[in-house]
Amino acid sequence: METNLEIAPPEPQLGEAAAPIVQLEGVTVLYGRNRALNNVTARFAPGAVGLLGPNGAGKSTMLKALLGFVKPAEGRMTVLGMDVAERPMEIRSRLGYMPESDAQIPGMNAVSFVAYCGQLAGLPSVDAMQRSHEVLYYVGLGEARYRNVETYSTGMKQRIKLAQALVHDPDLLFLDEPTNGMDPKGRDEMLELIRDLALNKNVNLILSSHLLPDVEYTCNHVVVMDKAQVVAQGPIAELKGPAGRVFELRIKGDLPAFVDILRGAGMECHSTDEDVMRVFVPSTLIDQGRDQQVIFALAARQGVQVRHLRPSIPTLEDVFAKAVGED
Amino acid sequence: MPIHDQSYRRYGGGKTTPGQAWTVIAWAGILNMIRKRAFLGVLIFAFLPFIIRAVQIYLSTNFPQAAMLAPTAETFREFLEQQEFFVFIVTIYVGAGLIANDRRANALQIYLSKPLMRSEYIAGKAAVLFVFLTLVTWVPAILLLLLQVLFAGSFAFLKANLFLFPAITVGALMQVLVATFTMLALSSLSKSSRYVGILYAGVIFFTGAIYGVMYAITGDSSLSWLSLSSNLSQVLDVVFRVKPRYATPWPVSLTVIVGLVVLSISVLERRVRGVEVVT
Repeated sequence: METNLEIAPPEPQLGEAAAPIVQLEGVTVLYGRNRALNNVTARFAPGAVGLLGPNGAGKSTMLKALLGFVKPAEGRMTVLGMDVAERPMEIRSRLGYMPESDAQIPGMNAVSFVAYCGQLAGLPSVDAMQRSHEVLYYVGLGEARYRNVETYSTGMKQRIKLAQALVHDPDLLFLDEPTNGMDPKGRDEMLELIRDLALNKNVNLILSSHLLPDVEYTCNHVVVMDKAQVVAQGPIAELKGPAGRVFELRIKGDLPAFVDILRGAGMECHSTDEDVMRVFVPSTLIDQGRDQQVIFALAARQGVQVRHLRPSIPTLEDVFAKAVGED
Repeated sequence: MPIHDQSYRRYGGGKTTPGQAWTVIAWAGILNMIRKRAFLGVLIFAFLPFIIRAVQIYLSTNFPQAAMLAPTAETFREFLEQQEFFVFIVTIYVGAGLIANDRRANALQIYLSKPLMRSEYIAGKAAVLFVFLTLVTWVPAILLLLLQVLFAGSFAFLKANLFLFPAITVGALMQVLVATFTMLALSSLSKSSRYVGILYAGVIFFTGAIYGVMYAITGDSSLSWLSLSSNLSQVLDVVFRVKPRYATPWPVSLTVIVGLVVLSISVLERRVRGVEVVT
């Protein structure tokens, strides 16, 4: 089953003016001489927030800094209103973390592993065991819960990582690339779980991913990172709907020269996986009612053929491409 | 309406206060070892010297013909020395995988994302090894002391050797703590428990071999501080009021032991982290 991107993402649980659940102010994290986070300032609204960026942008580092795994060289971070440097234990007791890489406690079956994680988070042993069964059913591992976790498939390992993050009923979930390595069906099911948590269970979550459709499907806000910095942030609807229009365009002729011409006229062009590029026409041109005409006119002047020109819906991909400056 | 709602539900129960997670780690580790039959066999085997000593004490207290078997303070010192073999075996069996296996399975980020500090994680892992090592050193030695009182039907021996209880406690504690922290530090350095086991055996035998060679060349035992087990023996001799067997001053041996424990804790502090940074 393919993920249906037409379905609206979950609505924010609180108003836009609500206090952020996670806030970073001028945070810099150094790995030796490398700046993994460079003077990052970001606000994560309640609800589901996507942390988007290409590999190596600093997404995982940000989550690890918020967990207290790495200490920032500069800056201040708060999670659920508490300072990470001052109250890490209280923060972690209300936080669930699903790491990116495979992670389990060796030698345990799933139900013991999840119950053990619950106990580590402070649940009494009886409650931890009961919660373990419940969350394993919830994530779809009910029938496999007595199997050793080390024998699980990649998709099952992703699910059990979600289960251990959920067992102590956190107020905030950090999900680091939760659909990595999953088959399409498993990926859709995982996204449904994430969406259900955010939409129906009132669990705030930060979904770190480089997969735009995953974020677009599950989240209502997004923080876009690139090269260790935040390059865009806010409600996806707002970011997707700037004053302007998007067109799909395919031409025959000197493409690089035509792209330069379009940019010279104040438009933005981003290539896609296909040979169709996406052209963003700013509102100043639309207001004059000359959006399509301008493109045709420029094409005629440059001597290129317009083979395909169709109005398109702005997607998160446009936001992402614009933010990270992709050509 | 479903008969049983298998969806996710919020948790309304109570939670323990932070700071107790180390007991969860310790208990899980202990249960995990006890479930292994081979390990139970090792533990039973480790109690054989205790049984032999118990028979010795019984004979000496109940049969005048066996009076030459009567225990002295040195008997308990010898007992702890005999148990060093089992300390070595149990340390490798239990300790080698304690952190190495977690590193192999990336479990550290799971542990440290929960409300527990790194020191709690280390304390929990150390407790597993501490419990089993105490079981093969302090527990049987103290039991022997109690058996002597029971079999003799008097406190005369205990009164005459009042220092034995603290000596056994301090001596066993030194054996246990040195083995625990050294092994945990080595276990944090690798993702392979086998490699860690070999490394630990190497540390014990290699330091002993270096001292053996130096002794063979110089004929002087003042370099015994080079050997980990010799340092322990030297300090334990002093604790049990026995003439030290090496020429090395016992404070030197004690300093080496304390230095090793401090070094081990420093290694653990560096290696037990939620994220491994390679620069």
